Amino acid sequence: MNKIVAKEHFSENVVCLKVEAPLIARSRRPGHFVIVIPDEKGERIPLTIADSDREKGTITLVVQAIGESTRKICALEPGQYLHSVTGPLGQATHVGKVGTVVCCGGGVGVAPLLPIIRAFKEAGNRVVSVLAARTKDLIILEEQVAQFSDEVIIMTDDGSYGQQGLVTQGVEQVIQREPVDEVVTIGPAVMMKFVALLTKKYNIPTQCSLNTIMVDGTGMCGACRITVGGKVKFVCVDGPEFDAHQVDFDEMLMRLKAYN
Amino acid sequence: MKTLSHRDAEWRKQLRDNLSARERTALPRAKMPMLHPSHRISCNAEVNCGLSDEQALAEATRCLDCPDPQCVSGCPVGIDIPGFIKNIQRGNVAEAATVLRQTSALPAVCGRVCPQERQCESKCIYNKMKKPAVAIGWLERYAADSQRSAAQSSEPECIAKNGKKIAVAGSGPCGLSFAGDMARRGYDVTVFEALHEIGGVLKYGIPEFRLPNSVVDAELDALRAMGVKFVPDTVVGKTISYDDMMADGYHAMFVASGAGLPRFMGIPGENYINILSSNEYLTRINLMHAGTEGFDTPVPKGATVAVIGGGNTAMDSVRTALRMGAARAMLVYRRGEDEMPARLEEIEHARQEGVEFMTLANPVEYLADQQGRVRAMRVQRMALGEPDESGRRSPVPIDGAIYEVPVDVVVVSVGVSPNPLIPNAISGLEVTRRGTVAVNDSLQSSIPAIFAGGDIVRGGATVILAMGDGRKAAEAMHNYLENNTL
Repeated sequence: MNKIVAKEHFSENVVCLKVEAPLIARSRRPGHFVIVIPDEKGERIPLTIADSDREKGTITLVVQAIGESTRKICALEPGQYLHSVTGPLGQATHVGKVGTVVCCGGGVGVAPLLPIIRAFKEAGNRVVSVLAARTKDLIILEEQVAQFSDEVIIMTDDGSYGQQGLVTQGVEQVIQREPVDEVVTIGPAVMMKFVALLTKKYNIPTQCSLNTIMVDGTGMCGACRITVGGKVKFVCVDGPEFDAHQVDFDEMLMRLKAYN
Repeated sequence: MKTLSHRDAEWRKQLRDNLSARERTALPRAKMPMLHPSHRISCNAEVNCGLSDEQALAEATRCLDCPDPQCVSGCPVGIDIPGFIKNIQRGNVAEAATVLRQTSALPAVCGRVCPQERQCESKCIYNKMKKPAVAIGWLERYAADSQRSAAQSSEPECIAKNGKKIAVAGSGPCGLSFAGDMARRGYDVTVFEALHEIGGVLKYGIPEFRLPNSVVDAELDALRAMGVKFVPDTVVGKTISYDDMMADGYHAMFVASGAGLPRFMGIPGENYINILSSNEYLTRINLMHAGTEGFDTPVPKGATVAVIGGGNTAMDSVRTALRMGAARAMLVYRRGEDEMPARLEEIEHARQEGVEFMTLANPVEYLADQQGRVRAMRVQRMALGEPDESGRRSPVPIDGAIYEVPVDVVVVSVGVSPNPLIPNAISGLEVTRRGTVAVNDSLQSSIPAIFAGGDIVRGGATVILAMGDGRKAAEAMHNYLENNTL
């Protein structure tokens, strides 16, 4: 049982929760995820850790209510408990000094992107962040992202904020005006697919962070398997980050619909 | 230990003198009462109902109490088999359970899931007389269950605490047997489990109809009563590191994290929707209660389910599919029925329940509908060739004999490989080429304070072999901590 200590609404369907998990807060690094069970009859779902506070012993999760489990989690109030939180799981993000890094995130993908943006900045890189969403209200964490970015580009589908257009257009602007050494992308699978197609064209190394269906999250079930470079990989233990140019996104998109 | 049930004890001599060997061997082997197959597949209740008192007494009487009992040598943990059986015969079931507890942390589990026909019972003297062996497994279950239902406490006395903290990674049969033995030696034992339930494969893997959770819970309570602590939701190497543990004052660690990673066959279409590993299928249903009213976890329920493999896990999966409502549940196995590694009893039960055995058949490709949901498998017909390194005749494809079988759900149960999580997380821990933790004969790893056993060392075996490792490692670790010798 893990207590919710704080809750903030980022938008109507997106909440930011601070959850008591002292051991996880102590050992997590950017890129790690946890498996959460909302209540005693709930399923096990993976959520990427957005942030942590070692002193207070809390981790931050940003959750969008899209299915039964995420709706249950978003409905919880401070003082209430998640049935179980296990982690940190997966491999941590590989962060080095590479030069200029474009970090692009869509929707709630910006939350797990934030610690990566920060880590790349702290490693001495020039960081350009591209945040994208359908509309203005769904742009989250802009201020925090700006704190660790040399520049922030906002893209909205409806043009209600920043520039009108897709995340790929924002990324391409940067690529066309300056040398980019690496791209990191986190967001909906279809978005990451198109970012990967774009950066492949320019031959820029690209990391993506995948969120697939999982049960245990420790390699035991194989529900999260995907094909990377022609080989089957488990997102939970081999990932969640992979070379975006090697990922078979079409297969992943298909497998995400297994229980729809 | 021997004093409890010594063969020279007066009461045992009397039991032997009461009835001649000829009279004993004339008694028929007990028949296990079981649920009717049509009822079984409508629920998840345990199939075997257990022997009645009369049956157990008669079966115990069959045992000849041999001077050199070979059954004991067939048991991976060396249970004093005649000792517990003769206690059943004299009506002292509590004592029988105590004899079991001395060597096995989980007698009610072993009595249900051990392959006795290949272990203790295969060595029984009755086999030499061309008669069915004494039903040792059923008697073991009888003694363990009777003691539990009578709520009699016959826990072995714990010796005084020695103040030394021991960590165990994994709460499956290996970790539990180790924990019991170390608690008995006075250690302060904490078992860490990655999942939210304690019990490992006994909970997520083996289905309720073969091993009810209540049986596992009772065994866990017995360990708790001995002072063993359980911590769920904790992944050793991730949530807490080995270094954290040492800083927390642990003296040593036992790694019993299991086999973990499911193997797939690497054939075209294997990533289509509704093709799952047996680990995933069984975990969804057994651990997460998919299919039970009120629980959120989904599981694909097909009208036609194919399970690929011939082991106990494959048998558990295909019988589970029937209980989930499959109209046609097929077991697809590349060798013949004689070569199946599954227990004979499971094969028989599966057949009674209506499982279709598709032997000498191997899937080579899966076909899907437009949404990517599997709709058929292409199956290669096989023949048996020369024996391979396992001693079983190897399957050889028959040229051109490929046919298509419609399926909605496929469960792949072709084995597991070791979980790399702990080996990767502890620097300096040597692993073998297969990815198992490298250990010496005393199950000690390349790091002296870390021992390992069960599937993380063996790469995939049985509950009882895992338990045997737990016992062996406990003794070795104790010697190491006490005297610095193995």
